[in-house]
Amino acid sequence: MDWSSVLIDGLLSTIGPITAAYAVSAIGLNLQFGYAGLLNFGHVAFMLVGAYGMGISVNFGAPLWLGIIVGILAAMALGLLLGIPTLRLRADYLAITTIAAAEAIRLIVRSSWAQPLTNGVFGIQGFAGSFFALNPFPAAELYGFGSFVVTGRKLWVMIVGWTVVALMTLLVTRLIHSPWGRVLKAIREDEDATTSLGKNVFAYKLQALMIGGGIAGVAGILLALEQQNVTPDAYLPKITFILYVIVILGGAGTILGPVVGAIVFQFMFFTIDALMVNAQASIPWVGDLLTPAAAGQVKLVFVGIGMMLLMIFRPQGILGNREEVLIDER
Amino acid sequence: MNAEHPMAGVAAEPGVSKPDPVLVADGLQRSFGGLRAVDVDHLEIQRHTVTSLIGPNGAGKTTLFNLFTGFDEAAAGEWHLNGGPLAGISAYRVARKGMVRTFQLTKSLARLTVMDNMLVATKDHPGENLWGAITGGWKTTEAANRERATELLARFGLDHMTDEFAGGLSGGQRKLLEMARALMMEPEVVMLDEPMAGVNPALTQSLLTHITGLRDGGKTVIFVEHDMDVVQEISDWVVVMAQGKIIAEGLPGDIARNRAVIDAYLGQHHGEAAS
Repeated sequence: MDWSSVLIDGLLSTIGPITAAYAVSAIGLNLQFGYAGLLNFGHVAFMLVGAYGMGISVNFGAPLWLGIIVGILAAMALGLLLGIPTLRLRADYLAITTIAAAEAIRLIVRSSWAQPLTNGVFGIQGFAGSFFALNPFPAAELYGFGSFVVTGRKLWVMIVGWTVVALMTLLVTRLIHSPWGRVLKAIREDEDATTSLGKNVFAYKLQALMIGGGIAGVAGILLALEQQNVTPDAYLPKITFILYVIVILGGAGTILGPVVGAIVFQFMFFTIDALMVNAQASIPWVGDLLTPAAAGQVKLVFVGIGMMLLMIFRPQGILGNREEVLIDER
Repeated sequence: MNAEHPMAGVAAEPGVSKPDPVLVADGLQRSFGGLRAVDVDHLEIQRHTVTSLIGPNGAGKTTLFNLFTGFDEAAAGEWHLNGGPLAGISAYRVARKGMVRTFQLTKSLARLTVMDNMLVATKDHPGENLWGAITGGWKTTEAANRERATELLARFGLDHMTDEFAGGLSGGQRKLLEMARALMMEPEVVMLDEPMAGVNPALTQSLLTHITGLRDGGKTVIFVEHDMDVVQEISDWVVVMAQGKIIAEGLPGDIARNRAVIDAYLGQHHGEAAS
């Protein structure tokens, strides 16, 4: 076993652009779930719509910046579409509708019927050229020290990704620390009481769903740019649940919770991954026991165990306030 | 009660008209399945009084509250606040128009501080819409609201709890907070749904003082209550409901002797059964 390479591989992946994209998406989910109390179980669909909105419009000849705006607006429109019929009803209806809509959207996008627009299961490529043309770092050059290095290409996506994380955090901070955010928290606590205080609860929930959805759209765009590829099967329902794990791990209803959650989750995930790859190569009986396919499942088992331990010993998440969670139990 | 009682000279009969009504309802109906929960022909609520709404369980008191405040939809009828129609107007707009309610099961916003509970209850705060929240410029309103909230909390004896989570308050303190929070809305009519429920006797007296204090401060109070002693003590006028209908109205002293009220509470044949 080469422990230092396990750690370096884990760390390099953790600070990578994928973590940044997950953090951005989790920031959007946290606004909906952590602050407004909305059970959006189809968060991945907002990422999909954001990515496809950008990919399709660039393929139709739009410049990248316009494509990004189209993607964000499309994700927000999805929030409007899902929110209008469900947000007046009990919370469970939003949950059911979003989880079903997310799968329906993915299946439609990958169907042969939609192929002229979405290119079906093969997805869309060739939209990221102008993004990488802006890269000031020579793409193949290595940055870092020792074996802790990234390529210039990756460094560029990382810088953009984490800048977006910072911008989205600032946006949500500004919103949550305003009276608007206070109303959102009041709605999370009790909708009837908030209505009796003269607040249009439906409008606030719709706004939260749309803004959170737009932020998820940004995350989908980031992911698409990093991979230079948008395929429907990158947007499986499990992404939504990983994002819930991230939000709860970091501390739902805290400003930095989703960012910390994403970093910690990805570090656990990638380090276990690196550990298993390393063990498969260096320890013979592990290699016999764990096929690469089985290793993927084992990773998720570890994530599940980690989540259980967290719920038992620190239900408020890493940054959450224990006092708040205890109030819930009354 | 002294000679200048606001309701002196008003006939004690269901649906009687009052000298200066703030709230007037006509033909109000609501059914749940086959059950007619509310069926009120005419009801007027006198301004600047404490009006109690009493009746046995299932009489339709809370449903009537829900209809008035827009939390439930009436099948028929209309009602007016200061002459302005309220039928079909959504609950949050009713609250903004000056009729604010509390709930039978206290609804404190548990994971908000006591101060934040108060600050949510404002009308026309520029920071409460999305644009205002992002661009800022709501700090002056906020400071003014905070000052008003501090005064109200002091009046209700909650000033030492300002930064506690509302979920950490005792049952009685939550009732007080809910009342103080309703006042932040600067309402004209305050509707209290069983404000004494689940409150220990020691606190009841202080709650009663606050309720009469609301009236003396120029509000109209309508409240639902079961306890006849409480009703006798603080009401200016009593409205009795049974099976969805208004069966009696009158001064608190008269209501206790009213035949229809005794029948509604104890059953129609209690006198015969006893003999």
